[in-house]
Amino acid sequence: MTSNETQWPLWEVFTQKDDGSPHEHAGSVHAADAEMALQNARDVYGRRGNVVSMWVVPSAMITASPSDQAGPFFEPGAEKIYRHPQFYKIPRGLKGF
Amino acid sequence: MDQQPQNTTEEALNAKFEARIAAGETIEPKDWMPERYRTQLIRMMSQHAHSEVVGMLPEGNWITRAPSLKREMVLISKVQDEAGHGLYIYCGTETLGVDRAELVDQLLSGRAKYSSIFNYPTLTWADMGVIGWFVDGAAIVNQTVLAKASYGPYARAMIRICKEENFHKKQGYEIIATLAKGTPEQKAMAQGAVNRWWWPSLMMLGPSDTNSPNTAELMRWRVKRKTNDELRQRFIDLTVPQADAVGLTLPDPDLKFNPETQHYDFGAINWDEFWQVVKGNGPCNRERLQARRDAHENGRWVREAAEAYAAKHSSPAQSAA
Amino acid sequence: MLGHRLSEWCGHGPILEEDIALANIALDLIGQATLFLKLAGETEGKGRSEDALAYFRDAIDYRNVELVEMPNGDYAYTMVRQFLFDVFSYHMLEQLQKSTNPALAGIAAKGFKEVRYHVRHSSEWVVRMGDGTEESHTRAQKALDDLWRLTAEMFQADDIDREMAAEGIGPDIAAIEPKWRAVVDDVMKRATLTIPNDPPAMTGGRKGRHTEYLGHMLSEMQIVARSYPGAEW
Ligand SMILES: [Fe+2]
Ligand SMILES: [Fe+2]
Repeated sequence: MTSNETQWPLWEVFTQKDDGSPHEHAGSVHAADAEMALQNARDVYGRRGNVVSMWVVPSAMITASPSDQAGPFFEPGAEKIYRHPQFYKIPRGLKGF
Repeated sequence: MDQQPQNTTEEALNAKFEARIAAGETIEPKDWMPERYRTQLIRMMSQHAHSEVVGMLPEGNWITRAPSLKREMVLISKVQDEAGHGLYIYCGTETLGVDRAELVDQLLSGRAKYSSIFNYPTLTWADMGVIGWFVDGAAIVNQTVLAKASYGPYARAMIRICKEENFHKKQGYEIIATLAKGTPEQKAMAQGAVNRWWWPSLMMLGPSDTNSPNTAELMRWRVKRKTNDELRQRFIDLTVPQADAVGLTLPDPDLKFNPETQHYDFGAINWDEFWQVVKGNGPCNRERLQARRDAHENGRWVREAAEAYAAKHSSPAQSAA
Repeated sequence: MLGHRLSEWCGHGPILEEDIALANIALDLIGQATLFLKLAGETEGKGRSEDALAYFRDAIDYRNVELVEMPNGDYAYTMVRQFLFDVFSYHMLEQLQKSTNPALAGIAAKGFKEVRYHVRHSSEWVVRMGDGTEESHTRAQKALDDLWRLTAEMFQADDIDREMAAEGIGPDIAAIEPKWRAVVDDVMKRATLTIPNDPPAMTGGRKGRHTEYLGHMLSEMQIVARSYPGAEW
């Protein structure tokens, strides 16, 4: 590739669909700095509305779990079913627990 | 995945990979994958991204001449979406370990290909309608299947894109429907555009299966899920009734419904024309590439300015990236 | 007009992200223009639609400041032009929200939300170009030097403006100038750009005496609509 070509860093974009929802990964953009990353993210991933908040994070800052070890990394958590609310029986008829 | 010293390890990984593919699992960026899978994906995804970006040009050509404020706004947002599609897919391709700058360089230097369809000129306003109807229509047929591709980032980009493509096709068909029930001149304009774009749109879905060297491998890896000919047939079956509904004629005397196959039969495609366009001899190949080169060159100082500013006012991101 | 100009960048911007950003701004501006023209047509009461006013008026009947009809030039020129107008538009729409005419106030309120983002986008770009590389600084300074002379026209109130302001329908546009100037000074300082001392150019856009550029721009914009009179699109 051409050696003098500039390449703005990559940023990961997280959008929140409405108040109280979690921020979810929407995609990425290139930008030279955080302000521009936020603006680009808004234009690219927010242009159809239904976004109330956005985060941008330099892609290089993300540390990912080793995917070929998905088993050892996450299964222990999945086994702890007591962490999941569905584990607990609640008397039938009780609403708004 | 950097080096696999022993052949046995490579073989084992490969077997595991093939098993995952066979089981219909989704491959993610950090998963081990055969080098060939990676390069084939980069080739296919970057071609797709390039097509979206070059595809902005034929329609961009009519933005300033759109005949009403509403049509102008619709066309801008449509062309803008195509920029977004290019961006999503470039980002997806970058997860395979290749920079967008490098991909763009491949396009501008003529090493990478993009869809043949965008090398045809847009000559009338009706072309805006037909492109949405045919070209985006064909793209939907293709991309709906790609949304189930085995590579996660590609599939996810396709899901996002497919939602937007429906708007593209509808706005195009609406333009055509309006022209078809308009003045005689408008109807003639619509029919003329249909005549010019029908065959190139069929070609756009790629060479016939007998002549498509990559298809078998991509199908096995579940990157492609349908052959070019299957996609083409689906597109034709969908489009013929839509043409009938607005009283326009598709320029193929052999086009007729076959009750046995439950599909439309159609005439022979001029593959010589297709290969000519792919090889760079289409009506607008040079202009399209030149326009992209100009945009890239004229934008260089702008990109550099933003970089220089960021370096001066170094934000945490800059030091991290 | 400015939205139309911006749309010319579509497919030719410096990077994909900017193509998308400019298209968004163009869409906002054309959207605002559509609403204003629709209201103008209704107020006039002669049955002229927004499209009739946009596509079937000659340049001489257009009433826009000359700044917005200037050609795109390079990206610095486009962004400086955008910024100078955005800040004006921001303050104008902010005032217009308080119009005694509810329809006008409604359009202004919608536009005001949009233009807040436009100012953010164009001002950040002016700063980056001014305080970027030597080349970008030179280009941005040249753009500012060329365009500055056209800014005074935005604040020149005519009799109609004064009457509208007196009735509380329109804003006092002369009073916007100091507010505009404060923002512009601030951004230009961050951008390390120098505001020229040139006297205002002799402008007449708001009276229909435009630059030569407008005629060409309209001839392109109106060609299809005018070639098929009475047609629906
Ligand atoms: Fe697309
Ligand atoms: Fe599309």
